[in-house]
Amino acid sequence: MDRFLDSFLNAKLSAATWPAILSGLIVTIEIAALVVGTGLLLGLALALVRWRAGRWFAWPLMLFVDLFRAVPPLVLVLLVFFGLPNIGIELPSFAVLWLVLSLVLAAFAEEIVWAGLIAVKRGQREAARSTGLTETQTLLYVVLPQALRLAVAPLTNRTIAITKNTALGTVIGVPEIINQATTAVSFSGNATPLLMGAFAYLLLFIPVIGLGRLIESRFAWRRQ
Amino acid sequence: MDVLLQQFFNLDIMAKALPLVLQGLKTTLLICLIVIPMGLIGGVLVALASRSTVRALRVSVTLLVDLMRALPPLVVLILVYSGLPFLGLRISPLTAVVIAFFLNNAAYYGEIIRAGIESVPAGQWEAARSTGLRADQTFTWVILPQGLRNVLPDLVSNTVEVVKLTSLASVVSLQEMLYSADMARSLTFNASPIVLAALIYFALLWPAVRLVSRLEHAAAR
Repeated sequence: MDRFLDSFLNAKLSAATWPAILSGLIVTIEIAALVVGTGLLLGLALALVRWRAGRWFAWPLMLFVDLFRAVPPLVLVLLVFFGLPNIGIELPSFAVLWLVLSLVLAAFAEEIVWAGLIAVKRGQREAARSTGLTETQTLLYVVLPQALRLAVAPLTNRTIAITKNTALGTVIGVPEIINQATTAVSFSGNATPLLMGAFAYLLLFIPVIGLGRLIESRFAWRRQ
Repeated sequence: MDVLLQQFFNLDIMAKALPLVLQGLKTTLLICLIVIPMGLIGGVLVALASRSTVRALRVSVTLLVDLMRALPPLVVLILVYSGLPFLGLRISPLTAVVIAFFLNNAAYYGEIIRAGIESVPAGQWEAARSTGLRADQTFTWVILPQGLRNVLPDLVSNTVEVVKLTSLASVVSLQEMLYSADMARSLTFNASPIVLAALIYFALLWPAVRLVSRLEHAAAR
């Protein structure tokens, strides 16, 4: 038992390690916020453009969306991180992670919002048009608000899942939580930093999951 | 443009890396064959436990599900792989992957399957019982099949995620497809082997991804 406490809940070591874990937590929050912002906006924009544009846009978009939904994010992270320098583009690892996760989230968000848009009854659109709203006004004021209600639950779940992928940054050396924790483990030969890292994720994501549930129940819409 | 082709779609390098990458693909498929059935079985158990009348069981399963929702799968894997040796348990990368993914998959499949079971009307249960089926027979032959069918899009979608998740095994140096491709990348100083791996993942999962979209669109209408 003493040995267990010493290697998993070492008080002295945790006092020495928490500044590193905290700085990792801040990096994780920064990337997560950036990814959620750019990913959701880009996904929404793509779905709206797809609505207005014709098939010439739908096909390449579908390929992009399917590609980013089918290929594991870690593959994309390594591809961008090791591939771009070879063609003369040097991006810091932080930017690589941001770019890749934003594109992945955008792909899923586009698909979810699109599914919401086409689920809105045709009559809604016809009625809106017949009152004199333009096509764009109909989309923004009538169709989109209803579509987003349908989209909010899957969108929240997907956003949380992709935000958790910020942990992949450790593979390319982004100093986020798990990166800081594993570094501390290899320096100390003690597992305490691992548990601290796990605790930091719980601290960050349990409120996020709670918020997700709140958003779902607040905006959820019982369809007949 | 030439540089781009040379660095990302170099057919010579892809051809050289192919045997290694295919070797990795075998391991990837092996991991899938282990963790997907285990996850599904674990999921049914989690779903049952979360509806159990035994409070301790319900609480511990809820705890597992919430933990897995909050922790990134990579973190669970690193916790298992680097944490267990401190308890005196030396485990292989494959064992670590199987344990970590079982915890994660059982939680996620469990939530989906629970929703499926709850979507079956209570009348089905009563009708089946009144024909003389026992409770366990009713669950296995009447409730579960209908429940699974009701959440089929989510099950397929989660299975796609599980296959993608196997790429994390490269982090604990299990030589699956991404690990092999990355090894070829570091030997050739060229990203084409990773593009090759990405294309194979895409070929494997594209039909499933399309299927998910169609099922979801059909459900939304």
